[in-house]
Amino acid sequence: MSEADWLAVWLTIKLAAVTTAVLLLVGTPIAWWIARTRSWLKQPVAAFVALPLVLPPTVLGFYLLLFLGPNGPGGWLTQTLALGTLPFTFAGLVIGSVIYSLPFVVQPIYNAFEAVGERPLEVAATLRASPWNRFFTVALPLARPGLLTATVLGFAHTVGEFGVVLMIGGAIPGKTKVLSVAIYDHVEALEYVHAHALSAGMVVFAFLVLLVLFMINRRWEPLR
Amino acid sequence: MPHLFLPFLFVLLAPFLIPGPATAADVTVAAAANFTEAINRLAPDFERRTGHRLVTSFGATGKLYAQIKNGAPFDVLLAADAAYPRRLEAERLTVSGTRFIYATGRLVLWSARAGVVDKDGAILRKGDFAHLAVANPTTAPYGAAAVQVMRRLGVEERLRPRLVQGENITQAFQFVRSGNALLGFVAWAQVRALPAAQVGSYWLVPVELYAPLHQEAVLLKRAADAPAARAFIDYLRSPPARSIIEELGYTTPR
Repeated sequence: MSEADWLAVWLTIKLAAVTTAVLLLVGTPIAWWIARTRSWLKQPVAAFVALPLVLPPTVLGFYLLLFLGPNGPGGWLTQTLALGTLPFTFAGLVIGSVIYSLPFVVQPIYNAFEAVGERPLEVAATLRASPWNRFFTVALPLARPGLLTATVLGFAHTVGEFGVVLMIGGAIPGKTKVLSVAIYDHVEALEYVHAHALSAGMVVFAFLVLLVLFMINRRWEPLR
Repeated sequence: MPHLFLPFLFVLLAPFLIPGPATAADVTVAAAANFTEAINRLAPDFERRTGHRLVTSFGATGKLYAQIKNGAPFDVLLAADAAYPRRLEAERLTVSGTRFIYATGRLVLWSARAGVVDKDGAILRKGDFAHLAVANPTTAPYGAAAVQVMRRLGVEERLRPRLVQGENITQAFQFVRSGNALLGFVAWAQVRALPAAQVGSYWLVPVELYAPLHQEAVLLKRAADAPAARAFIDYLRSPPARSIIEELGYTTPR
């Protein structure tokens, strides 16, 4: 593998790690809210979060390109804050990836919160645990398998991302040229040896991720 | 109750049972992304004249080449250069004697904003911009030409960190049009096709700065006995087609 390929591997891991961290911070409160709320907004919000499951990544990428560009509202905001515009930057890819992988993180955490149910929280309340306390010492620990699944899925799904990155990335080595784009470029340039090395690595990686995921689920099954 | 099913069966099969006009057929064309607008204008004219229908896939020429090598069902390749058609010819995937130059493209440095690109491309040396869009130089001939121009001007090293790559020339164009890249190297035909209000500013790069962008067409093997595909090749060389192609800023061989 060439140096450029290793750069793409490193960049992909970095992007997936940052994206997963952001997603856990953003996704957990969203999942909690959807699981607990009685608001009529529950279904619309859940549907909105699930949108990236259905939309082609190129649609997301295209709208992000326009939204974050100098003529879009997002671009206006970042320019006003003196941040420049986000397409073709690592930060831009993180935003795209967070949106793209959101359902893969929210869904398992939501399921876990649902599985916890009202009862342990009510018991904790009768023991005078505050709402924050109940969330951090009861709900979160009980939802651990869901959080683990969400982490693995969020990371893996971001590694496999292609369409969004292609649309807003610009294939800059070390900044936005991730693994999937590098593979695509190799295939297009007929550099099949390079493409094979990276692609085979991806297949092995995907298998290991799924294996870990199924082992997590198995291990926690008796607790459900 | 088979008699109940029969009408349904007929409805389902009707498209296959009723023959179309005896001579009309589909021509599947793999076309370089820069030729998109030209095809949009050529297709209705061709269809009106011959009754055949044009079905076009656009992409970077390198990708189309890889697809053809792996059995893609294309009758005609309209490449963005001469190299890929020659390669296919050497690999015996074409009908011999059918390769010809159908258009010669021009490279343009373009910005969607007025007053950005000057008439000599001096902005490349000044370099006061964040992103310069190009098509992927390894697969898209217009991207390769852009790199040649930057090399000839001695700005390649300096501009490399600011290059953003479109997967093909259409994507490079989109990066510039959406304003995400202030300027970019695109096909003259793309800028020519814009309404006057959106032309912005451009520098038509002198042809001495890059190898000529001769775009070659070739009839592919699977269409050896397809009259409709041959009709399209002949049409491309006809005066009406040539005038449409030239209107978009290409030159055609005399």
